[in-house]
Amino acid sequence: MADFINFYFIPGLLLGSIYALGAIGITMTFVILRFANFAHGESMTLGVYFAWSLVQITGWHPLVVMPIAMILTVLYALSIDRLFYKPLRNAPVVMLVVASFGLMLMTRSVIQFFWGVQLKSVLPGIQKPILVMDYLRISPKHMMIMASALVLMFAVHYLLTYTKIGKAMRAMSDSPELAKLTGIDTEKVVVATWVVGAALACAAGVFLAIDTHVETRMGFKLLLPMFAAAILGGVGRPYGALVGGLIIGLAEEISSYPFIGTEPLLNPGYKAGVAFAIMIGILIWRPSGLFKGKVF
Amino acid sequence: MDALYGYMLYGISLATMGGIYAVLTLGLNVQWGFAGLFNAGIAGFFGIGAYTTAILTTSATHRHIGGFEMPYIVGFLAAMLICGVIAYLVGKVCLRLRSDYLAIATIGIAEIFRLILKNETWATNGPRGVSEIPKPFEHWPEPWNQFGFLLLVLVVVAIVYVLVEVARKSPWGRVMTAIRENEPSAKAAGKNVENFRMEGFVIGCMIMALAGALMAHYLKFVDPNATDPLLATFLVWVMLIVGGSANNKGAILGAFLMWVVWSATEIVTSRLPDELAIRAAYIRIFLIGLMLQIFLQKFPQGILPEKRPDVAKSNGNAETKMAD
Repeated sequence: MADFINFYFIPGLLLGSIYALGAIGITMTFVILRFANFAHGESMTLGVYFAWSLVQITGWHPLVVMPIAMILTVLYALSIDRLFYKPLRNAPVVMLVVASFGLMLMTRSVIQFFWGVQLKSVLPGIQKPILVMDYLRISPKHMMIMASALVLMFAVHYLLTYTKIGKAMRAMSDSPELAKLTGIDTEKVVVATWVVGAALACAAGVFLAIDTHVETRMGFKLLLPMFAAAILGGVGRPYGALVGGLIIGLAEEISSYPFIGTEPLLNPGYKAGVAFAIMIGILIWRPSGLFKGKVF
Repeated sequence: MDALYGYMLYGISLATMGGIYAVLTLGLNVQWGFAGLFNAGIAGFFGIGAYTTAILTTSATHRHIGGFEMPYIVGFLAAMLICGVIAYLVGKVCLRLRSDYLAIATIGIAEIFRLILKNETWATNGPRGVSEIPKPFEHWPEPWNQFGFLLLVLVVVAIVYVLVEVARKSPWGRVMTAIRENEPSAKAAGKNVENFRMEGFVIGCMIMALAGALMAHYLKFVDPNATDPLLATFLVWVMLIVGGSANNKGAILGAFLMWVVWSATEIVTSRLPDELAIRAAYIRIFLIGLMLQIFLQKFPQGILPEKRPDVAKSNGNAETKMAD
């Protein structure tokens, strides 16, 4: 049991909260700008590299420089929107998907150009896990990640529930036409969507980088689980994305637990396929997701 | 004289690769140009096609399953069949939803296929790939073997072109356009939108598998890098958008043109010092992506814009009767 919690459940929770934070941006862009943003993973990667550079310059802890990296990532997302998405806003929406697909590779090539492709680390050194209640082993960095993720999730909750712009975002995601009729400024909501999405993507990326390492494909690897989380939770449902992300993360890690005998239930090499399988299942049986999201 | 000979061989390889990309682009044109479907996993279908024929046509080896030594034609057909089945299953799940879902699912298929290649080493030889794939005409003397293969590729391009062109001009093609342009009205006219989309998607994937099979035999080697989303998916999208979506001539033009641009810039960057050459490779990708964005925004029609088949001519009889 201790093994299950230490090596499968806690890592699953950790991965799940990273997916969850990333999926919020995906789900909000999907419903407010009406397209599946393939470049979202790349915003994440870029955010991580901003953080890495800031750590190199200042020598501070990655979580300390993270707010600056988040601001830089937001600026990137807003300028991308201005340059590449806004001109296409009156074109068929699928054009935006093509554009985001192109931006995915463009952004990655820029990252590879400036930072190279070698593995990097934002937090060097190995940390000893702390023993809690005799058998729970949690490493301090994991605790930090969990705590920060929780803080961000509460911030998102506060924003969506108590602020005017957050309410406008929820209204837009419920019914864009009705929201426009009540006089909500669409452009403002679009900007807010990019700000929230990019900031959370950067944070999720930095958490992943603290847990593992920095590499140019990290955002792309997260893209599919994040889409799966957004669809599982229901497109346009930020709380759905949180729950969806946690479920996908847990499912990925727990899928390789040796439930039967001593062999892993699923070859760990296929972990990444779990998200895909869950997504296909939900598309077949309940395309609106767990929280009754939008189905286009 | 030697230099000239070298240039000729280079020209042949350029044309062969361009031709294989032309087949891929024609496949994408059926999906995107005709039906408005977004396939983000071209690399996956391309790779499945390549591996299928590779496993079926190679002789026995301990490195991967196989030893079937089937003729090429069996390899080609099996590649198309397997991709057709996979495309049907994906389509069954995603085609009733908007194109975005299909895009996500296809990129997923490509990733899953990559995972299988990586993990099932007993079947695929893992990252080391399948080698010693037989190549048509390889026993002919140089350079005629190269010519022979080029000819084969061009014949395939011509056949695929004629078939998709006939399809485009047929009532089937016009229904596709109707669905793409105005789905509710196509539905109101009694067309089964989901079925038509499915046909377009499956046919497109089968054509992509054919291109993958050609590539496997051409290079005599296939490894998981064949499913790299950059080369096989991204380039093909740029080729189609630049050449002209929904125009089959445009698809072929775009494929050859962009392949020449892509290869020519590689010649330039490979002459730079090592450190710079690696970095310049990323600039190439960036620039080609920028080209895609410029075309999307400024020239969404591409170089050769879509030409609708002449409705008055093909429906001539019906309309004159109505006029009477």
